[in-house]
This record gives sequence, structure tokens and C-alpha cells, in this order.
Amino acid sequence: MEEHPADRGGKHPLMRMFLIGAIASAIGVAAGLAIDWFPTDATSSADSIDTLYDVLVIVSVPIFVLVMTVAIYSVTRFRARPGDKSDGAPIHGNARLEVIWVLVPTIIVSVLAAYAWIVLDDVEAKKDNELIVDVYGQQFTWRFDYPNPGGGAKPVKRANQLWLPKDRPVYFRIHTDDVIHSFWVPQFRLKSDAVPGLTTRVRVTPDKVGSYQVVCTELCGLGHATMRQTVRVVEQADFQAWARRGGKTGGGAGAPAAGGQEGPQG
Amino acid sequence: MTMAARLRAPGWYRAALSLPIGLGVAFAIVCGVRALYGWDPIVDGDAIATVAMISIPIAFLIGIGCFDYWFRWASGAPTIPEDHSGHGATRWQDYFRVNTDHKVIGIQYIVTTFFFFIIGGLLAMIMRAELAAPGQQFVDPNTFNGLFSVHASLMIFLFIIPVFAGIANYVIPLMIGAPDMAFPRLNALSFWMLPTAGILMIASFFSPGGAFATGWTAYAPLSTETPLGQTFFNVAVQFAGASSIATALNFLVTIITMRAPGMTFWRMPLLVWANFTTSLLVVIATPFIAGSQFMVLLDRALGTDFFNAAQGGDVVMYQHVFWFYSHPAVYIMMLPGFGIISEVISTNARKPVFGYRMMAFSLMAIVLLGFTVWAHHMFVSGMFSWLRVPMMLTTMLIAVPTGIKIFSWLATLWRGVIHLTTPMLFALGFITMFTLGGISGVVLAVIPVDIHVSDTYFVVAHIHYVLFGGSVFTIFAGIYHWFPKMTGRMYDETLGRAHFWMSFVFFNLTFGPMHLVGVDGMPRRVADYAEEFATLNAVISISSFIFGLSFLIFLYNMIASWRHGPKAAANPWRAHTLEWQVSSPPPVFNFDEVPTVVGGPYEYGVPGAVHGVFKEPAKERAVAGAGASE
Repeated sequence: MEEHPADRGGKHPLMRMFLIGAIASAIGVAAGLAIDWFPTDATSSADSIDTLYDVLVIVSVPIFVLVMTVAIYSVTRFRARPGDKSDGAPIHGNARLEVIWVLVPTIIVSVLAAYAWIVLDDVEAKKDNELIVDVYGQQFTWRFDYPNPGGGAKPVKRANQLWLPKDRPVYFRIHTDDVIHSFWVPQFRLKSDAVPGLTTRVRVTPDKVGSYQVVCTELCGLGHATMRQTVRVVEQADFQAWARRGGKTGGGAGAPAAGGQEGPQG
Repeated sequence: MTMAARLRAPGWYRAALSLPIGLGVAFAIVCGVRALYGWDPIVDGDAIATVAMISIPIAFLIGIGCFDYWFRWASGAPTIPEDHSGHGATRWQDYFRVNTDHKVIGIQYIVTTFFFFIIGGLLAMIMRAELAAPGQQFVDPNTFNGLFSVHASLMIFLFIIPVFAGIANYVIPLMIGAPDMAFPRLNALSFWMLPTAGILMIASFFSPGGAFATGWTAYAPLSTETPLGQTFFNVAVQFAGASSIATALNFLVTIITMRAPGMTFWRMPLLVWANFTTSLLVVIATPFIAGSQFMVLLDRALGTDFFNAAQGGDVVMYQHVFWFYSHPAVYIMMLPGFGIISEVISTNARKPVFGYRMMAFSLMAIVLLGFTVWAHHMFVSGMFSWLRVPMMLTTMLIAVPTGIKIFSWLATLWRGVIHLTTPMLFALGFITMFTLGGISGVVLAVIPVDIHVSDTYFVVAHIHYVLFGGSVFTIFAGIYHWFPKMTGRMYDETLGRAHFWMSFVFFNLTFGPMHLVGVDGMPRRVADYAEEFATLNAVISISSFIFGLSFLIFLYNMIASWRHGPKAAANPWRAHTLEWQVSSPPPVFNFDEVPTVVGGPYEYGVPGAVHGVFKEPAKERAVAGAGASE
């Protein structure tokens, strides 16, 4: 019943397709990796997340190319000539092929899932000497409390900018005063909803000095699109000075005082 | 007919009269209850509007005549003997009344849902105009939030889900050799609930405070606090959901009990399998979204505290219940399309569907797995964290049955005799675009990546690859494929090809770049965005306008061909399934004689193979298997 499916496709159609597919995959993977997908990475965990994404690109491109190659090849090779009313080969299936395309994808996704789990555990691991920051979302701004900023500073209340010391692990406890918001700093790669009735938690270790933005990513009403707040990752000493000022910006730090709306671009 | 008689008979006059009666009922209930409790003011506009949204549509359905037969029966009055006068269409007016013919209902569904598709598309065009540049151009943030909320709701609840029900309504009874659906009156009621739901959604734009503006996801507690427009969504979803459930029950009973002799489950065309499995999903899952929206409605209207955290309410529970429906809903919007693609590819490649049984099993696998993945929408929601990894794995495993389908379609192409008709082009376009959507779905399942791209434009890109490049391409394939059967006319191939290529190219230019802006940090559901995303958004907007224009080619082709197209033969595609063995369009009761099914539906190339036979020897019908001698 089963004939070799390549009979009608020229001398070595499978080999030719394989070659075309391999070249296209290589080009696709190169292009996928060349694209600068992510914003700056500013945390220690960003690297492993970006690498995970690159692995996904490397695995995905050949799969897409495989589908495209077979589709385009079939359409050009087996296209009916005008007026051709014949039927194709009555092939009903091929158990071996079907087993292969059940097993191979199962293995690929299982391995990817295991890898992703390892990265997740690593990213979310508890670290020593964490700086605790309470994040409060409200329509349509963010504010930040530091119960114990360290360095002899008193607790900082209601800071309107998020200042973080470079290279110190931070433990965010996220709250909301009204509806659901979502706390996201794209350069940190991490995100968590601020949920009424719950405290959600996120850990990061900023490792690049700079100015970024908190972006609200859960639709929260009229001002959702402009619910932004400045994040500043600074050297330890600058952070301590800021904390001792009670979380007031300005005074030589060169940062414009951010209101409830637009902060400077990161 | 006298005016009094017109107002008593089912139809548009009585429906028009019923509208003020519905409003009066709402007024009486609200004012009566408020007076009894001594609440002030007794006449409360929002409360009356809320009740009226339920009472007016029900009054309309009674007025137009959906319940006449049942009311007479229930009240013990002598029922009117069925003379089939409510069945079939001989003039265009017959499409505008309660009709029990599944073919009429199918066309009613398809035309109605395409009307809402156009409205939803126009809303998207306004959005893209606003997003063409940063800052505020045309609409204020509240209107913008309303635009994307109504856009998504119309596309999901009033287009993709019901248009598949419309195509299946027309085709399934014919495919299984049945004279009609199992419950023709319920079928009519299902249809008439749809425009009701759609009009409610659109009407929300005229309510004080604007349209519902919390997205189609309507997360509480935002949705319990926003103005009256939200109630339109809560109620519209009930009507659309009830319509969906009733139709799914109808399909299940029809497919289980009304197959022609010899049509075993393993001889059913895959479109029948697809709608069988879709109907299972609808019946099991849809009550959950109905429940979630009733709870929001009760929080809003009666002051319950389901989602009020301060009173012990649980806002994460809303998301669990919502996604327990809305993830399976993705498959409700996809499985019928899988069925269409199997029909189109096997017919146009002149080959049996490769691995037919695995194709059916993979549908069942998707139904089962589809119920085990809902929380992948909630990786950043603050839910209990242990659930994330198992849901990541199940989500990624759905790629396996989906992959079976893709590979089997490719294997069906292999060594076929491929005719690149318009439906075939859309089927091939679907395979490539849906593969991309599936791949970005796996990317989204990977928790550490999802945490970054959750609620960004990456998600917008993904769902449009799945729902437009996926579902809508299959809808176009299906409409072109069965257009000759439904209208008795041929569509124009040149225009069909132009429609395909224009929409294929500009679909990709519209939604492809959204992956980039999403990963780079642009959140979704925003009317304004940072300067750094300006260039790509301008590209997206311009592409989207051309993409939108491509639909006009389709619209012109359909209307012009329906009116003036060349007459279609019974079986222009030389297909084997039963719907092609009767005239185009089919007789009122489908089959003058019931066919007997003696073989599989796709036996192309098998010498002498036959799917269905008709006893009457005088008519030499183009029965299945004729392909071998052609």
C-alpha cells in the first residue's frame, strides 16, 4: 500500500528539500539572533531569560522552515497542470511517520519545559541581604515604601521614584490601593500584578546604573497608558544618600522631580 | 392583512411592538421593587437600563416569533400542525424571519456575523489611526479603551465563534445525510439571540460614560466599578453564550442521532468531527463565562461582593473562572477551522487526508488538554505559584496534537494533484500563519519569557496570528469552498486570489512587527506609547489600513458573484462528501432520497471507491469515486 512518497518528485527530492531547509534555517536562525529583541538588560537575571529566548528562536526557526519547505515544495512540485483531472496517490497514512511526529515534538517541548523550569527557579531564588521595597499601585501612579533602607536611614515612605542600589538583591512586595495593576520594568524582565487583597512578590538584582521606567501592564482605567514612574538604579552610596534624604529626589542628583505622569525615558 | 392581525402574527410588526413592552416591564419591575423597599429615588435610570437590557431582547425574541410554537404547546392550546411553511427560502424576505431551515439559518448566521466583522474591523481601523503616532490624535483614552474592548468582543463572540456555527449549520446536516438539524426551532432561536448580543455591544457606545472599556477580559474589580457600558457586555455575553450552547447541543444531537445509514463515526468527514469536538467544548466551558459575567453583573447591580477584596471577595477567582472558559474558547475558535482545512486540502490536493484517525484523535486530545491549561494566562496574576510549571508543560504539550494536524496536512499535499483555488490558497496561508502563531504560543508558555512579554504587544501579535492568520483564514477558505453550494453561483477566482495575496502580505506586515515592539517593551491596551516605538507603529498602522481594504475585494466578490456569478454545478470541486452530491443550492429537505454511506469521505485516487450511494438508479449522480473514471 505504502509507496515511497518521493517517486514523483524527481531524483532526490528529499535530499534537495533537506538542503534548502537547512540553508533557510541557518539564515532564519542567524536573522532571529541578530534582531535586538530586548531592551537593555539591567538585572542579573535578564541574561538567562534572554538566553532562554534565543534558545526558543533557535528551536522554532527550523520547525517553521520545515513546514514552509514542505508546503512550498509540494505546491510547486505537485501542482495540477491545467485540465488535469487525475487524483493523487491514495496514501492513507504511515504509522512510522506518525509516531515520529508525535514523539519528537513531545521530547522537544518537554526538554524546553525542564530548561524553563530551571531558569524560573534560578530567577526567583531567595537571596541574602535583600532590600525590601513595598510597591503600591493606584490609579494612575506608583509609590514606594522602604521599611529598612539600611545604612542608618529611617524608613522611606511614599517615595514617588523607585531608587535601587546597584548589585543589591531587591525583594518587591506589590500591593494595590484600588484595581489590578501590573508592575513591570522592561529592563528588569520581571513583572507581577498588583492585586486587591493580595501581596505579590518579585525578586531582582539590578546590575546596571541607569534610569528606567515602571510600566503598568494591566488595564486599569482611563490613565492606564500613562501610568509610569521613574526607576533609578544608582551606586550604593547614592542610594544611601537618597534614603537619608527621606526619598526626596533632586538636590544634585540631577533627576527631575517626577510627577504622577510621564517620567524621563529610560 | 389588517394592522391588528399583523401585530398578532409573528414578525417584525409584533417585534417592534414588543420593544416598548419590554421597556415597560423593566420600568415596572425596577420601580415596583424600589418602591417596596422604600429606596430613593424610585425611578433609577441605571437600574432600569440594566433590567431593560434583559427584558427588551427577550420581548424582541418573543415578538419576532421564536417562542410561538412552544408557548402554544406549553399553554395547552392546540399546536399548529407543521406544514413546513416556516422552512426554506424562496424570496429574500424569508431570510428576515424566524426560519427553521438549517440552510437559511446558516446563511443568516454567516451574513449577520460578517456584518459584525465589518463593524469590529472598522473599530480596529480607528484604533490603528490613533496609534499611528505617539500622543493623542483622534480619540480620548476612554474611547480608545472602549474601541479595543468592543473590537475584541465583537470579533470573538459575534464573528469567529458564530460564523463557524453558521458554516457548520449549513454544511453539517448535508455532510451526514440528514434533512435538517435535530431541533430546528431551537436552531432558529440560537440564531436570533446573536444579533441581539451584537447590538447590545455596539449600543454600549451610546451609554453614559461610553462603551465597556475593560477589554474583552473584563477583569474585576475594574469591571465592577466602571460606568453602565460594562453592563451591556455582561448581558450581551449571556445572549451570545446561550446561543452558542444551544447550537452546540443541537450539533451534538444531530451528529449523534441523524447520520445517514452507514455513516459510522470513522466515516464522518473531519469537519463533522471538528464540530462534534467543538460542541463538546462549548457545552462544557461556556457556562463558566456566563457565570463569571453574572457575578460581575450582580456585583454591579445588586451590590454583592464576589470581587470586592475588602469584603472577602476574590479577584483572582474571576480570572480562574474566566479563563476556564476563555482558554477552551480559543479551541472553540480553532477546531472548526481545522475541519474546514481538512476538507479543502484533501479536495484540492485530490488525496485522502493523511492519518484520518489520528486527525480525529488529535481533536479529542485538544479538547481534553484544552481544559488543563487555563492558568497560563495568569503567570503574573499572583495566583498560587506551584500551578505555573504544570500549566506550562500542558500548554506546550498541546503543540503535539496541533503538530499532528499540521504535519498530516503537509503529508496530504505530498504527491497530490494540487489545485490552487482560492480556498486552497487560504488553507495554505493558514498552515504557515498558524504555525507561526503556534510557535509564539509555545514561547508564551515558557514562564520566564511570559513574565516579560505578558500583556505586551507580543500577546497581541500572537492572538492575531492564531485568530486571524489561523481562524479567519480558515473562515475565508470555508466561505469560498462552500460558496457554490450555498448560493448556486461561482465566485470570481481572480478576485479571490487578489484577496488572498493582499490580505496575506499585509496581515504579516501588520502583525509581524508587533512581536518586536512587544518584546521591546510596549504594553498592550494603550492609546499612547513611548517615542521609541513610533516607527514600527507607523508601519503597522499603514499596513493595517491596506489589510483592511483587502476585505473590500472579498465583499465585492461575494455580493457580485451571488447576484451575477456563473451558475455552479452540483459538484464543482469533484469532492466525495455528501453535500456535493445534491444540487447547488440543495433541495429544501436536502436529499430527495436518503443516501447510504459505504466508505470513507476522502477516497481520492482509490479505484472504484465510493462514499455514499443513492438508491435511485435513474439519476446518475456524481457519486463518490467517480473521480477515478474522470
